[in-house]
Amino acid sequence: MIYDVKIGGRNLRIALERNGEELKCELDGAQFQLDARLISPGVLSLILEGATYEVKRDQLRNQTRLWINNTPFIAEITDPRSLAARSRVATITSAKVLASMPGKVLRVMVRAMDQVEVGQALLVLEAMKMQNEIKSPNKGIVKQLMTEGAYVNAGDVLAIVE
Amino acid sequence: MFNKILIANRGEIAVRIVRACREMGITPVAVYSDADRAALHVRMAAEAYYIGPAPASESYLNIDRILTVAKRCGAEALHPGYGFLSENPDFAEACSIAGIRFIGPSPASMRIMGSKTKARQKMEKSGVPCVPGNSKALQSLEQATQIASHIGFPVMLKAAAGGGGKGMRLVTDPQQLHAALEAAQSEALRAFGNSDVYIEKAILNPRHIEVQILADEHGNTIHLGERECSIQRRHQKVLEESPSPLVDPELRKRMGEAAVRVASAADYTNAGTVEFLVDHDKHFYFLEMNTRLQVEHPVTELVTGLDLVRLQIKIAANEKLSLRQNEVQFRGHAIECRLYAEDPDNHYFPSPGKITLLEETAGPGIRLDTGVYEGWTVPNDYDPLLAKLIGYGQDRDHAISRILRALDEIFVGGIHTNLSLFRKILNDPAFRAGKIDTGYLDRLLTSDARIENHEHAQVAAIAAVLFQDLDPTTTKGENKGRSSGSTTDAHSPESNWKRAARIESSNTETFGTFSS
Repeated sequence: MIYDVKIGGRNLRIALERNGEELKCELDGAQFQLDARLISPGVLSLILEGATYEVKRDQLRNQTRLWINNTPFIAEITDPRSLAARSRVATITSAKVLASMPGKVLRVMVRAMDQVEVGQALLVLEAMKMQNEIKSPNKGIVKQLMTEGAYVNAGDVLAIVE
Repeated sequence: MFNKILIANRGEIAVRIVRACREMGITPVAVYSDADRAALHVRMAAEAYYIGPAPASESYLNIDRILTVAKRCGAEALHPGYGFLSENPDFAEACSIAGIRFIGPSPASMRIMGSKTKARQKMEKSGVPCVPGNSKALQSLEQATQIASHIGFPVMLKAAAGGGGKGMRLVTDPQQLHAALEAAQSEALRAFGNSDVYIEKAILNPRHIEVQILADEHGNTIHLGERECSIQRRHQKVLEESPSPLVDPELRKRMGEAAVRVASAADYTNAGTVEFLVDHDKHFYFLEMNTRLQVEHPVTELVTGLDLVRLQIKIAANEKLSLRQNEVQFRGHAIECRLYAEDPDNHYFPSPGKITLLEETAGPGIRLDTGVYEGWTVPNDYDPLLAKLIGYGQDRDHAISRILRALDEIFVGGIHTNLSLFRKILNDPAFRAGKIDTGYLDRLLTSDARIENHEHAQVAAIAAVLFQDLDPTTTKGENKGRSSGSTTDAHSPESNWKRAARIESSNTETFGTFSS
């Protein structure tokens, strides 16, 4: 599962992979081994690469606070969705495929003027150290396409399929 | 000894007294207002009786109601705690008329000490050093000007019936005297119903050091050493310790003897506290006497090994003090932190509310005197003191390290507390060096450039995700049902995140997302 977390004015993308009891976490390209137990609805015991953290959670005037060593943090999960999160790297307006966050076009799988099907992979966008396959929203002809290695900003047109 | 004691108080001090009663085989009786039916002191007492609506004036200050309950339940004695009716001589007198032993001094002693000007007159006669000034209410501006120029500016105007900093004005310049006098008089009238104001030489940035005394009904008075109470905000104590870093054995002896003289001059009995101002040259001046148990009494208990509430009860039962002055031993160092429900980010305004999560602390050298529990809603009708965290160690550094450790363990969720303040104080180099006076805390707080701690931001972000991932109340299919307007419980702790997520997804929804 991929989560976008807003904390202290920063946006962090966290990938969480569960394998039975085992949890793997990726943050800013770094992988962490972690073991987490929910002690009570407000207390989380966390062992992160051997280091222990006792994280408390409470709510005050509609604000959820996370406490570590009695220092409060306000964290907002802006997208807790699992599958949808991956695709939201790109959003589509009719035939325009837009990048929803900055990244690098890692690979291009089609060429201009190619006929593509709905859901066919167009390119791979790497954003926040994560590779995301960008697929065609509709059936049609690729009219415009970002070149391999290009850096894009949020809102940039990745491709146009008509 | 008494069989049954009524505790005319609430919160942590009522719990403290319940415990002493239990230890002595005495039946503790609680009283409660509408706001306190489920309070900890009610839960812990053997009997509990309702005394009225939430406002203190209709319950904990209602002499008739309290005495009616005391008589009906057969209490032989009454402990007033601190605050509320504890320093009200009329209440002590009413108890005596009702045949109930008031655990405290006589009404006459309370009356002497209740008036700052009367107390000053008495102390001057007994040879107790007082701050230069007059001991009578000021009659006119001319008189104020004359006295002020005689003792020299800066001067302090004080309400005769005062306390808690109300009716107090610092005057550094003769031209300010007129306005300050009028302001102090009107403030005193509003706060205490008495506009009498007197004048004293202002001791700038003094230390506030008090001496605990005990006096039995048989003419024995001893002191139990000092408490350093200089760390104050708006004249309210925040952190106290014993011994004071300033006081050496010689000064302790002199202050202790002066405190015993103060008590004797007022024919004082039971536990009491003599407050002194101490200047930079270690000169001390009588400030006032508190005729009750103090909030900060535990630090004295820890360094002397005595139980002050137990001794109060024994004295009230006419027992003789079982120890002499030369048998009082001081050992180690104790520090108390007053945990308040108040908001450090908003001028320390009271912040009552429901405690949704409470992790307490214990372990070597830690004492937690609390009046709250997880799930308790701190009422906004009373003082927002939640608990007192007291640390004891073989010396000051040891005590500090234990409190800092305990501060890492304790957690109060759902309301604002002043917990962060104590970490700031205890880590401050000036405090560590013992360089404290009554101006210390204001200086610390104004110098406080907020240091954002980003060290744990990543861990907090991971925790945020895990709370969501591990919370069994979060259904995994939740996000797919968003178009149907999922109804999450608004009271569940995660509702905001879900709401934020829903808002976020509804924004992008119109564009249509697709999945890999």
